[in-house]
Amino acid sequence: MILGIDVGGTHTDSVLMQNRTIIRKSKVLTDKNDILGCVMRATQAVVTPDDIKQLKRIVLSTTISTNAVAQNQLEPVGLIVMNGPGVSPKDLPLFDKTHFIAGYMNHRGIEAEAVDEEELAALKQQFAANGIDNLAIIGKFSTRNPTHELQAAEFFNDQAAHVSLGHHQSGVLNFPRRIATTYLNAAIWRLHSHMIDQLESYLHELGVDVPLFILKADGGTIGVQQSRRYPVQTILSGPAATIMGVLPFISSTGDSVSIDVGGTTTDIALFADGAPLLEPKGVEIEGHKTLVRGLLTHSMALGGDSQVQVVDGALQIGPERKGAAMAFDGPVPTPTDALIVLGRAHIGDKAKALRAMESLAAELQQTPQQVAQAIIDSMCASIAAKVQQMIAEVNGKPVYTIHELLEGKTLEPRQLIAVGGPAPYLAQQVGELLAMPVVVPENSDVINATGAAMARTTVELNLLADTESQELTFAEDGRKMRISSRATVDDVVAAGQERLLEIARAAGAQDEDLEVEVADCQSFNVIHGYSTTGKNIRVRLQIKPGLIKHEPTQHEQV
Amino acid sequence: MTNKTGLVFFPAFDYAISPTHPEREERLLYTQDQVFEEGLLDFDNIKEFKPGLATKEDIQRVHFCVPGIEEIVHASHLIAVGGCITAADKVMTKEVDNAFALVRPCGHHSFRVVHGSRGFCTLNMEAIMVEYIRHKYGVKKIAIVDTDCHHGDGSQDIFWHDPNTLFISLHQDGRTLYPGSGFPTELGGPNAFGATINLPMPPDTCEEGFLYVLDEIVMPILAEFKPDLIINSAGQDNHYSDPITNMKFTAHGYAVLNQRLKPDLAVLEGGYSIETALPYINTGIILAMAGMDFSHIKEPDYDAEDQRQPAAIGAYLEKLKDATFYHWNNRHALRDQVYPPQEFHHRSQDVYYDTAGIREHIEETVRSCSCCGGTVVIDSRCPDTHSHILAVQIPRYACDPCRNYGEEQFEKAQTGRGHYTQVFLQDKDNDRYLSK
Repeated sequence: MILGIDVGGTHTDSVLMQNRTIIRKSKVLTDKNDILGCVMRATQAVVTPDDIKQLKRIVLSTTISTNAVAQNQLEPVGLIVMNGPGVSPKDLPLFDKTHFIAGYMNHRGIEAEAVDEEELAALKQQFAANGIDNLAIIGKFSTRNPTHELQAAEFFNDQAAHVSLGHHQSGVLNFPRRIATTYLNAAIWRLHSHMIDQLESYLHELGVDVPLFILKADGGTIGVQQSRRYPVQTILSGPAATIMGVLPFISSTGDSVSIDVGGTTTDIALFADGAPLLEPKGVEIEGHKTLVRGLLTHSMALGGDSQVQVVDGALQIGPERKGAAMAFDGPVPTPTDALIVLGRAHIGDKAKALRAMESLAAELQQTPQQVAQAIIDSMCASIAAKVQQMIAEVNGKPVYTIHELLEGKTLEPRQLIAVGGPAPYLAQQVGELLAMPVVVPENSDVINATGAAMARTTVELNLLADTESQELTFAEDGRKMRISSRATVDDVVAAGQERLLEIARAAGAQDEDLEVEVADCQSFNVIHGYSTTGKNIRVRLQIKPGLIKHEPTQHEQV
Repeated sequence: MTNKTGLVFFPAFDYAISPTHPEREERLLYTQDQVFEEGLLDFDNIKEFKPGLATKEDIQRVHFCVPGIEEIVHASHLIAVGGCITAADKVMTKEVDNAFALVRPCGHHSFRVVHGSRGFCTLNMEAIMVEYIRHKYGVKKIAIVDTDCHHGDGSQDIFWHDPNTLFISLHQDGRTLYPGSGFPTELGGPNAFGATINLPMPPDTCEEGFLYVLDEIVMPILAEFKPDLIINSAGQDNHYSDPITNMKFTAHGYAVLNQRLKPDLAVLEGGYSIETALPYINTGIILAMAGMDFSHIKEPDYDAEDQRQPAAIGAYLEKLKDATFYHWNNRHALRDQVYPPQEFHHRSQDVYYDTAGIREHIEETVRSCSCCGGTVVIDSRCPDTHSHILAVQIPRYACDPCRNYGEEQFEKAQTGRGHYTQVFLQDKDNDRYLSK
């Protein structure tokens, strides 16, 4: 049995599952001041004392770190940046919070300027005086060579409670995003650690000894202890949970699109051959552009409870939500009222819904039915247009080889999956507009919790091999390995695979779920003068977001 | 004030002329690394676009490909040219203020007639872009400022008779570098005399010298010509670390040049110092075009001492300025000396295709015309490929006599044994391209 819990902004959903089937489900209100209490109540609502012994894993998706960023509950961070030449410091994120110091690597990871220890010493004194013990250290091209970051971290070893390093956050090249990501990681570190301590006592109270996972933004799981170092990876895991919940209904042989129609928003996601698409550069949260791998979603301010009003003689739906539908005693007309008037949804008080439409109909000199139809037509058209725009954006993404440009894959979704409260009443119409058959899954009210329950561990690893210097660098963990000057792409992939499996197992993945994919692989000659002096091999490996194949048969070590 | 800048980035990681050739797969690899690491594509005012593919018509508006487009044009050329056209569209539709086509392979050594590849170039990207812009958006007066270290002899050939295109090439003195042309006395054909300007500079010219030529010669002439659009052939091989040239320009200097020139469109040409120059120059150009602070751009091995320009270079450049303005200010009177009044003018050229290893002999005839650029008839012979073609070019905005003359010449020419292997007609006003 698996327990999946999704702590959302309003509700905390939980499911107890066995063999991909829901045994029990529940929804309790979220108490933002007592997340642990919510988790406990959500657990007790679906798990009986008998079940506890059979629990094999627990997966939790929480909004704690997301909220911390959204509500700016960020701790002061000693932010140290080694920027080197390039974009002006004032164009870098968090410029006014940053201590810029000397030292940088070039694009091949070769030291171009050394770190100045006197500068570090001055900062150390300053941090001590200001009581800052929580640091973020980021160097340009540190994923190519983390030496400077490690050197600076070492310098603060005896003074800092926590140090977040740039190269640990992601192996991807993007210095401004690396700064923002590392800063956020440090800024929510204490809060996240505190939550993990609480979760440990939760497990203790529950009296179980099973692996506890936390969901990440990319829809993958990470062991709760492992997540201590990477709290920023858990932001925006809410939308990811829903997308993972949709996954069992997605065709694995073609492309698909999912819409999650909620009260306030509609979230759209895309799937290629059964796998959810990732944000190409990383997720964005509250204006912070990060390197956090996350699932690609577009959110529209359009939902079942969106306010409908007449503006300049035309209907306007959203972007605000004033409350529930009038059929449920809400304050303003909503699309839900329209669905009730049209007889598509048999919920709420139909007389009140009709009054909602009548108020709009009077202004537009139409019948309530006409208005209701116009609202739903407009809503479905907006959703369909947004889906098409998103597909066009994905297909318009630049590529850098002739082969990809001429023969690269184009995303052509052939299936629409619709979840969320109003989805069953709208899905058919949106599907017709997109010319796609529609699937409306059952139990879509707790689909996020089921998504969390079944999500597998994801890992990404970037490698750079330089056969000239006979060095192989693992970007994310900063490790270096000696390789032969005759090493080939296959050798690099093999070395990467080995390391990736170690990381995945340490994060609690089961062997059968370790499907490693070579996401990117390029080999270039390094030429000095007119002769080849080595190869520059770049490999990106990943375990993509996906579902675990089976329930764990034995306890994993996390 | 920042600009909205479009970037078409196409490094063609799967294309090389040969494995150790300077124009090879990883030419833009480290540039990509730097652009990505600097996060340039994340700035709200910088937008990346996927290149389109150039069409047959786009190419035929400029080139006569022998024996045909399919035989000599590779997919990489179609994408590089397509990228320039995408950049042009984004600027002309005002989606962005300016755009940089950071694409490869390069193109400014390609002439009107193309028998193969020369100077690493097959299709002339800027020329095709210019004619596309004229065809689609009706822009007439365009200036191309070629800042590649090599003389842009292909662009010069293509616009030699075009009074509406001001072509200015800054380059290392042709006596010291390929292709060996581009002297101040090369000033254009009889109908476009003075619209070609060559500014050869001595080896070792530094940032100071480049910016002197820009400020003292290029900018005043541009101000007088008043183009509707400025294009920069942004070759990056003037850099002090470039392995195949001898100049001493810097990444910071390239950024200043773009800040002052303010090109609407920039197109990457040469530049082969792929590790130590291109990453920094391209970052500098992008920041400068986007109107952002580039004062922190500096190569790791930059040496201020090395940037002190010998006095002799400064003195030479002053003379170059005098000569250039003498030509520019007296272009009408000088034309009559160089091209005495007569109906037709002839010139011959021998062109060596170093990349393809073939030779071409051109006999060119242009009809003198005071109303348009004049019809040009090119007789081109390439014994290595057994080709002997006749290409008739009716200019854009052609007058009736020139049009009639051009059509007549095309009709009259014969193919077959003892005649031409192929005969071409290029009629830009009607976007009509015929061959027989």
